[in-house]
Amino acid sequence: MSPLLLADLTVFTLALLVGFEVISKVPATLHTPLMSGANAIHGVVIVGVMLLATMVSTPAGYALLAVAAFFGAMNVAGGYVVTDRMLAMFRSRS
Amino acid sequence: MSAFDTVMHLLYLACAVSFVVGLHLMNAPGTARRGNRISAAGMAVAIVVTAAVLGHDGGATAAGVVALAAGASAGIAAGTVTARRVQMTAMPQLVSLFNAVGGGAAALIALGDRPGTTSAAVAGVPDVLIGAVTFSGSLVASGKLAGKIAGRPIILPLGRPVTALLGAAAAGLAVVIVGFGAPAGALYGLAGCALAAGVLLTLPIGGADMPVVISLLNAFTGTAVAMAGFVLASTPLIIAGGLVGAAGAILTKLMADAMNRPVGAIIAGGYGTGDAVTVTAGAGSAAVRETTADDVALQLAYAERVVIVPGYGLAAAQAQHEAASLAEALAGQGVAVTYAIHPVAGRMPGHMNVLLAEANTPYELLRDLDEGNADLARADVALIIGGNDVTNPAARRPGNAVSGMPILDVDKARSVIVIKRSLGHGYAGIDNELYTDPRTAMLFADAKAGLTAILTALHAYRSTA
Repeated sequence: MSPLLLADLTVFTLALLVGFEVISKVPATLHTPLMSGANAIHGVVIVGVMLLATMVSTPAGYALLAVAAFFGAMNVAGGYVVTDRMLAMFRSRS
Repeated sequence: MSAFDTVMHLLYLACAVSFVVGLHLMNAPGTARRGNRISAAGMAVAIVVTAAVLGHDGGATAAGVVALAAGASAGIAAGTVTARRVQMTAMPQLVSLFNAVGGGAAALIALGDRPGTTSAAVAGVPDVLIGAVTFSGSLVASGKLAGKIAGRPIILPLGRPVTALLGAAAAGLAVVIVGFGAPAGALYGLAGCALAAGVLLTLPIGGADMPVVISLLNAFTGTAVAMAGFVLASTPLIIAGGLVGAAGAILTKLMADAMNRPVGAIIAGGYGTGDAVTVTAGAGSAAVRETTADDVALQLAYAERVVIVPGYGLAAAQAQHEAASLAEALAGQGVAVTYAIHPVAGRMPGHMNVLLAEANTPYELLRDLDEGNADLARADVALIIGGNDVTNPAARRPGNAVSGMPILDVDKARSVIVIKRSLGHGYAGIDNELYTDPRTAMLFADAKAGLTAILTALHAYRSTA
């Protein structure tokens, strides 16, 4: 196993643990915005799609890149907007 | 490492921190919106940094940049417009759709960047597999939630043998991908198998199990994105994917526990009858006491503590505003009103809370299972609106379809009013003995119509009294 892969694996494991720790404290009231917000965070896949742009060089590759960019951008933009819309509705009694 | 690379990596680290801080702030309604915005700001930085890296390294061709920009612009437009327009009742299918495209993008990354090394190929296999299963599975789930695909379990002939065959083919292709330098044909073949499997796995799952399914698919997408991060050696993807994977896993567990059903059995599917309401003869049974909107209004007006138990019927009838108006009118008369919300009351975790928040219900009044049961034990009236299985006392006894499921103890309240269209069964398909309890009165009506009638009666009573 390469040192790079080992470092990535370490980061992944710790991210999982941090995720469990942080998210298990979210109350049931906020579970939908939590899922939607987490959904938006995996929209970080758009960063991966951008990196993919340096690796394709065929028409088929460009087509695949465009579709991936559409998917990733829809995920990230829509995810954050809809989460914000939901959270704006949660009002206190005052 | 050059100074440029160092700065970029530190900025990526800051993004990861913003995701964690953002999620952390989601643990209270007062700070959650700020949390989401911090997370969004981190995301914006990650995207700008990546654009800077592309510009600095100059690795992308002009055609690549055009394809990327065109796809991304269309995606931003599509995502933003649907996110702005969606009704809160339609939230589960939209979240499911965004989940689908996220998984699809993760799978496409491994297809586009054919893994060059063995360790990249080892990550590429789960990336394509999980990403593609999530893509097609979430689309089917979204269709079921939107009512475009029947909510009942759809059992295809030979569905299971075909799924098993697809699994075997996927395993064979995985060996080829890892052992023989990830040939494009094998990667596309794997994606095809996974897409078909995603459909076959989701179709047999009934509508009632959807909160579990979309939580699980959310965890899958997180994992797929993390795997894409391994393929590209990109730390932000690995961290964000891990965080989301954990979030999805926790919600999956919570939802499965709330139904007292093992996740495996839910995936196996075939449970429940879906969204169709079985309309049986309403007031036919002599043991059931039927009431009128006028009587309900009177009973509520004289109560000191009322606990409203909203169920799927409220969401389906979009009656959250009427429920909130009734609660407000009662509160205006000095009645203490709270909402007891079962974890699986809606179509996704916490869905009912969002619907009630939309109707301007203060979040302090929204109680979870334990808090709700504490309120119910002291309540004069438990008002159940379109809920069934989650209130069935039979769950406390072994040997039936809801045994062991945590329920809202509505029968601990002094009296119970159920607004329901008919005596039809819930998803579990069994009688609810609550309805024949002598302290229970049934108001047979659609949630919206029933609540409106009660509200009218309440106003009429107040103006005469």
